Amino acid sequence: MATRIRQWRAGVAGLAVLGLALTACGGAKVGDESSGSDSSGDSGKCGTFNLAVNPWVGYEANAAVVAYVAENDLGCKVTKKDLKEEIAWQGFGTGEVDAVIENWGHDDLKKKYITDQKTAVEAGATGNEGLIGWYVPPWLAKEHPDITDWNNLDKYADEFKTSESGGKGQLLDGDPSFVTNDEALVKNLKLDFKVVYAGSETALIQAFRDAEKNKKWVIGYFYEPQWFMAEVPLVKVKLPEYKAGCDADAEKVACDYPVYKLDKIVSTKFAESGSPAYDLVKNFTWTNDDQNTVAKYIAVDKMTPEAAAKKWVEANRAKVDAWIK
Amino acid sequence: MTVAVEKPEQPQKPEQPRKTDSAPPAVAPAARVRRIGRGTVVAAILIAWLVLFAVLRGKQTLTLAAADLTDLHRWINDLNDSIGANRNSNPLFLYFFNEIRLVIDTLVTFVQELISQPSADRPLPQIGWLGVVGIAGYVSWAVGNWRVALLAVAGFTFFGLQGLWQESMDTLALTVSAVFVALLFAIPLGVWAGLSTRFNRVVTPFLDFMQTMPTFVYLAPLTLFFLIGGASATIATVIYAAPPAIRITAHAIRSVPETTVEAADSLGATRWQALLKVLLPMSKRTVVMGVNQSIMAALAMVTIAALIDAPGLGHTVLQALQSLDVGTAFNAGLAIVVMAIVLDRVTTAAAARQETGRLSNGRFAGLRRPLLAAGGVVTAVLVYMSHTYVWAAEFPGEGGVGSSVAKAADTTTTWVQDSLSGLTNAFRDALTNGLLNPFQSLLTDSPWWLVAAVLIGIGTVVGGWRAGVTAAVCVGLLLGTGLWSDSMTTLASTLVATVLVMLLGMAVGVWMGRSALADRVLRPTLDAAQVMPPFVYLVPFLALFGATRFTAIVAAIVYAAPVAIKIIADGVRAVPAATVEAATSAGCNTWQIITKVQLPMSRSALTLATNQGLIYVLSMVVVGGLVGAGALGYDVVAGFSQGQLYGKGLAAGLAIVLLGVMFDRITQAAARRVSA
Repeated sequence: MATRIRQWRAGVAGLAVLGLALTACGGAKVGDESSGSDSSGDSGKCGTFNLAVNPWVGYEANAAVVAYVAENDLGCKVTKKDLKEEIAWQGFGTGEVDAVIENWGHDDLKKKYITDQKTAVEAGATGNEGLIGWYVPPWLAKEHPDITDWNNLDKYADEFKTSESGGKGQLLDGDPSFVTNDEALVKNLKLDFKVVYAGSETALIQAFRDAEKNKKWVIGYFYEPQWFMAEVPLVKVKLPEYKAGCDADAEKVACDYPVYKLDKIVSTKFAESGSPAYDLVKNFTWTNDDQNTVAKYIAVDKMTPEAAAKKWVEANRAKVDAWIK
Repeated sequence: MTVAVEKPEQPQKPEQPRKTDSAPPAVAPAARVRRIGRGTVVAAILIAWLVLFAVLRGKQTLTLAAADLTDLHRWINDLNDSIGANRNSNPLFLYFFNEIRLVIDTLVTFVQELISQPSADRPLPQIGWLGVVGIAGYVSWAVGNWRVALLAVAGFTFFGLQGLWQESMDTLALTVSAVFVALLFAIPLGVWAGLSTRFNRVVTPFLDFMQTMPTFVYLAPLTLFFLIGGASATIATVIYAAPPAIRITAHAIRSVPETTVEAADSLGATRWQALLKVLLPMSKRTVVMGVNQSIMAALAMVTIAALIDAPGLGHTVLQALQSLDVGTAFNAGLAIVVMAIVLDRVTTAAAARQETGRLSNGRFAGLRRPLLAAGGVVTAVLVYMSHTYVWAAEFPGEGGVGSSVAKAADTTTTWVQDSLSGLTNAFRDALTNGLLNPFQSLLTDSPWWLVAAVLIGIGTVVGGWRAGVTAAVCVGLLLGTGLWSDSMTTLASTLVATVLVMLLGMAVGVWMGRSALADRVLRPTLDAAQVMPPFVYLVPFLALFGATRFTAIVAAIVYAAPVAIKIIADGVRAVPAATVEAATSAGCNTWQIITKVQLPMSRSALTLATNQGLIYVLSMVVVGGLVGAGALGYDVVAGFSQGQLYGKGLAAGLAIVLLGVMFDRITQAAARRVSA
């Protein structure tokens, strides 16, 4: 009995194997044709290019375009690494990160890694101008035009009260990695507001989206370039004008944020490697509009970063050629 | 998403009660008097607190602004910097950390090239989808049964249909490597802890620490020691996944009946023989449960590890979150849930087989061997084909299921947001103003020494003098972290969340305990709520409740309530049917049965549920920091993002651990008293 069952089982197994083998006969074999990836022949001169991708869509837009050009025009093998700023900079020293392609200020990191450890060097501006400040949703700016001047903010403090702000108006701040002087600003401008930390960019965007949709009173920290501006064009509130040095003492800041020239940082090793990818990073510049376009493709139109980059590069061939000439 | 505490230590563990409750359970009336006494004392403490609060409000509150640092924080920063600066010359790095990294990196790369990443000269991994599905089905069947094998095949195919095949395999590769490494350490350590009470006592605080320390805190240092990428991600996962396996192995060894061990001794078995031939085989089933818990913990780390460039589903979740794409995040989260459910059911079935396998009769065993062989051959063929042919290597199709899942999730979220947000805002404001704010100001605006005294006092009264001493030590260390005020803010929301968890736990738990149908329907939902990465539901919650402390509380409830519900349901079901029948025949109505019989009789389950609920809530503090809860959670996130706040973040992590240890010890001691 047992032997018969065994034979039967073996027979079934054999048939199954045969059947599967037969169906497989016509299939293409792995490695037959290079499926999309470029041939290993011309990646020799560029090699691997390790590009850090910091977690916001604008950065991702930069990275997508640079990676696309590096791969398709220079034949590099691009490895994107998703990292927060602090950790990305750490990677310069260990050779795991070659470039950070949109840096917002971060003087502390520059001091630590460029001046002290000498593992990184600057690679010039991206052409983007970073604006930081206080923003209100468009409906609010329209209904109360005077709200865009900080002098009038106290008048509306009551409207901005929330369950979190302890009886004062709420000024919503975002992700802890953002540059912010807001607590000092509120104190030194003697505003009847309290800074409440939303804790993430996601929370901030959701708050503004909700505010515009449901006509809620929200004022908070925000910045450009940002894809969300394409969806809800927030209005910047005027703070006392920025003058060089007015933010020297973090405790006594009472002026607006400076305009940040966003720049690129690369590892010292990469800068000296002679890789064409380094020249690309060094030459890469574009405008806020360019970035917002690509960021919108990614965030709003839900294209993959590669597809978004392709679309933009094909429409702006002249700019791209200038980077790799 | 941090602590995935394993089956909590049983309240009636043999050695503990003997020590804490040296007084024998007194005759009923005496015990009753004592319990009332305890309640009165607690009430007295609370009243004294309120009175003093009214007088001393706002004095000596030890607040620290968001950007301010203490000397401790600066010292940690300097330490961190000097490690970073010297990592290429320090022999400790060259010969120790780098070696560890190399070994783990090799392992991870090997597994990845096997199933997820293109290997050296191939555009595709060595084993394609057909092979992986085949192996998953075959292994599940071999270690479990055909039902879980079917589930495994369906689950794995679903990843492909979702359009997430490669991401899922990356996650699987990372999970497999991490669990493998974790078990390599955990099982020997667990056996040791099971054999030696002293070692167990030494290792327990470390395990607590590993499980309660928010992952965000050690991610940055890990990349400092082990660089960015697979190795660091694996090690981060190992740190978190090993403790449950250690605890459960120890528990398994300890619960082998003493008579069996004595029998082996009397037959002249040496210690090694007793271990290998008696203890280990007899505890196999429980050890497999430890493997199960390790896997679950590893999966809980998937999204967090993505922050240091671990590939896989977590990466998809995080990226979708950047553009607030709830649908895509949900799709990837669903894949994590499916993977967790498949792996959970397979390992559970494997544990059950350990028990029944030996008992099955000869005819069955005779049949099994040729079947296994035949299955092995089929699997080998599948693997070969997936290695060779493109159609079997790359999952065919566009992942249409995934985009419909995403679309459905999007539509649902939008609908919920639009139609409920008025209601939810009102609810939030009522709860925040009515309960959270007063309670928080009581904790944060009282002088620190007053709150400290109250905490130690309540700890002593509820948990006994040992718990009191623990509370005192924890309070002292909390002061040392320099984050007293933030700790109190966090404490306030944590306690409010726990109260809500318990209310929900009692309502649903009793329902599930009384109705088998409700249990069967609700359990998978509870499983899913526990495994779904919190990052996925943050966006809808933000829409419903705004960036507030309350959002953090709701997120914590979603994560913590399932545990409490399950424990309470089990407790209610354990009440003997005869007792319930007796009460029914005595004319009690349903409400009376619940309140007078079932709940009082499952009191130890209730305290246990409180303990677990609290710890789970606490593990969500960091997630809360991302959605406006501020305080310790924000400090931890900030420390991860900004170099100069690194030390403060670490201190905040410590403060969370201290809060966790303090509550765990107090509630456990209280639970033992209740059950004694």
